[in-house]
Amino acid sequence: MSALINVLPADVNINLAEPTSFERNTVSLDAMPRGILARVVAVAGSGAVARRLMEMGILPGAPVRVVRQAPLGDPIQICIRSYHLALRRVEAQTITVVASEG
Amino acid sequence: MSTVLEFLSPSAKSVSNEAAHLTRPLTVALAGNPNAGKTSLFNALTGLRQKVANYPGVTVERKEGLWMLSPDEQPARLIDLPGLYSLDATSIDEQIARDVLLGRAVSLDSPDVIIVTVDATNLERNLYLVTQLIEAGRPIVVALTMIDLAERSKTEIDVEKMARALGVPVVAVVAKQRRGLNELAQVVTKAATSTPPKTNWRLSEEMEEELAKLASDVYESRDAAMRDLYSEDFPAEAEKREAIKLVRGRLTQTNPQWWQEPLMARYQWIETVVAEAVCKNCGEERPSITDRIDALVTHRFFGPLILAVVMLVVFQTIFSWANLPMNLIDKGFGSLGDIIRAHMPAGLLTDLLVDGVIAGVGGVLVFLPQILLLFFFISLLEDSGYMARAAFLMDRLMRAVGLHGKAFMPLLSSFACAIPGIMATRTIENPKDRFATIMIAPFMSCSARLPVYTLMIAAFFSGRKFFGILSVGALIILAMYLLGISVAIVVAWILKHTILKAPPPPLVLELPPYRVPNLINIAHTMRTRAGLFVKRAGTVILAISILLWALVTFPRTDTKRSVNQESIAAQRVSNAGAPQANETMGQENSSESASASETSEQIQNSFAGRLGRFIEPAIAPLGFDWKMGIGLISSFAARETLVSTFSIVYNVGPDGDENSPSLIDAVRNARRPDGSPAWTPLVALSMMVFFVLACQCMSTVAIVRRETNSWRWPLFMVGYMLVLAYIGSFITYQGGRLLGFS
Repeated sequence: MSALINVLPADVNINLAEPTSFERNTVSLDAMPRGILARVVAVAGSGAVARRLMEMGILPGAPVRVVRQAPLGDPIQICIRSYHLALRRVEAQTITVVASEG
Repeated sequence: MSTVLEFLSPSAKSVSNEAAHLTRPLTVALAGNPNAGKTSLFNALTGLRQKVANYPGVTVERKEGLWMLSPDEQPARLIDLPGLYSLDATSIDEQIARDVLLGRAVSLDSPDVIIVTVDATNLERNLYLVTQLIEAGRPIVVALTMIDLAERSKTEIDVEKMARALGVPVVAVVAKQRRGLNELAQVVTKAATSTPPKTNWRLSEEMEEELAKLASDVYESRDAAMRDLYSEDFPAEAEKREAIKLVRGRLTQTNPQWWQEPLMARYQWIETVVAEAVCKNCGEERPSITDRIDALVTHRFFGPLILAVVMLVVFQTIFSWANLPMNLIDKGFGSLGDIIRAHMPAGLLTDLLVDGVIAGVGGVLVFLPQILLLFFFISLLEDSGYMARAAFLMDRLMRAVGLHGKAFMPLLSSFACAIPGIMATRTIENPKDRFATIMIAPFMSCSARLPVYTLMIAAFFSGRKFFGILSVGALIILAMYLLGISVAIVVAWILKHTILKAPPPPLVLELPPYRVPNLINIAHTMRTRAGLFVKRAGTVILAISILLWALVTFPRTDTKRSVNQESIAAQRVSNAGAPQANETMGQENSSESASASETSEQIQNSFAGRLGRFIEPAIAPLGFDWKMGIGLISSFAARETLVSTFSIVYNVGPDGDENSPSLIDAVRNARRPDGSPAWTPLVALSMMVFFVLACQCMSTVAIVRRETNSWRWPLFMVGYMLVLAYIGSFITYQGGRLLGFS
């Protein structure tokens, strides 16, 4: 219990607005075709919904894949961090992603 | 007295915390994400030594049990908290869990140890809660669940490495096989006296400076400042509130996403822990069997079809399989009443016992089999993971009226009984969405309305057919269900656009992997539900039954009193509300027929009779007379009382139920003072419409009072539903007459 982990050293500055090389091909998650592996670039918006999306693991860098849509086209089912989540398109629009290479 | 209170208060306790551990039983809280195997673990640890209570002031249930840590020690109190994803709560369930975990719950001491269940097949998201609890300095132990499933999907987890990386004890458990439970007991006992784990990861320079400044100005520590700064709410104290408001405003100006930093820091830390402890050879894939089931179950065409079949099977089972035990319970209470009457001297006390207590409580307890079956299916669907898919399929439709996909299941359950349905709305995060769902739940035609529909159809529509195959009765029942649903949709839409106006609720819904339902969990759920239901029958419903009995019995018409009362009693017992009782009418006892007219007189002069005649002018436009008025009044306690009240009012023999020829004949032959028939098919239809729309159920009112924590909502609900019922019946009756029906 004494082993304290300093994973995020104080000098690492997390740049929250960091689309970097992805910038060109970013789309919102709801526009992503089914089955293509992508990475989260950013979660826009604020408040409880954006926070909950991020708490559920939808954070910049996380791999994400649209699995299918519900029979009426909304909500969509996504795979994030090896589990599945249902989101409405409205919420999916706030998530920017980029298709992963390979 | 005051010293005792002081001693019991949390602050006094924390001073003598260390010493207290030796004498006081441990309080252990069980927390974790939904679907992380928490309930299975709780059941495995406590067995049958558990009870369910409510947290004071709110309706979230508190499950608590005794856990034998070791044979020679005092058992620990184990508290099963509602599942939560994060300490930043979004629903009442999550708020309660958070308050207990952070030691803020008024009703409960801060737990000595917190066991956090972590799903091994979904480590990263499950560990998020762990990081928050570490930050809060809580004494935690991680119980790693689903390791058997993780192993099957070729994920190897090094428990020791994980414990070292987390700085928290980790025990792998498989509840079903009782693997790791003893070790968990040892680790928890030890953790109770060790210092809680700490995290020393830090935020960026600027943020640390902000926190340090806040801490030196208004806060006691950096951690407290951090908690308040990143919370969704503002602190209660004015000084802190101002400081936090200032800092948040400044941060938002430079970077609107500033609040994301700790979330990202936590997940980055989790990723390093997972990288260290887990050897994975499958990338993003879930066990493919879930994918294959999902492909079918959420298929564009087959998905809705399967959902319809599932609903059909559930209802069919609830309505048909429950018949046998319901008849047995009904007969049991009937004979109990007979035995008491045979062995006790005739008199008021015996009447009260038999007519009031036994008939009333028995009439409600007959629903126990239906409620048990309903909860069997609900927990089966929930445990297997199908429930989330149903919400996924239905969300778009539900949203059209402004409701949440999660409202689908509560509304579906309300077709059996609104009470479990209303209780099931707790998973809906936004209170406005939740209240809107609660307000329309009673429109779903529940099982208690069936006896009424059955009687009306048997009396006036039996034997008729459409096109030679479709029975008119079945079509009418279907129409009643559809009427309830349509009105519910309209009301929901109106509520969501007026007093409960809110933007469409977000849907962030986990679709857990399909799992074989744990039968032990289901059995536990059914047992607790039955317990709670029986308890309610013994309190609220008992009181109402006695009141109703008194209203029908007083003031007394004194001729041939005892015979008269006996007859009422026999009828009430046998008619206590078995909705599907199919027994046929026995041969009538001569003394009972003889006393029939006195019974009628008694009813007419009783308070209930006077009340019936008092409201007659108001209900005449709906086609109802005063006898039906008595039925309406008594059915506000519970809908199914209508049938038993009618058999008293219409002097039917002892075995009259909604299928009994005598009650049906009595209803058909009832006359108004002018000699015209009291009942016509149109009156029957009007009566059914009234029952679809009116909120005639004391238990529903009581549960809404509890769930919304105010009298405003239940009173509003009874009021507006009564208005709708009146309008609906009025339109049916007067409209029907205009169209030339009688």
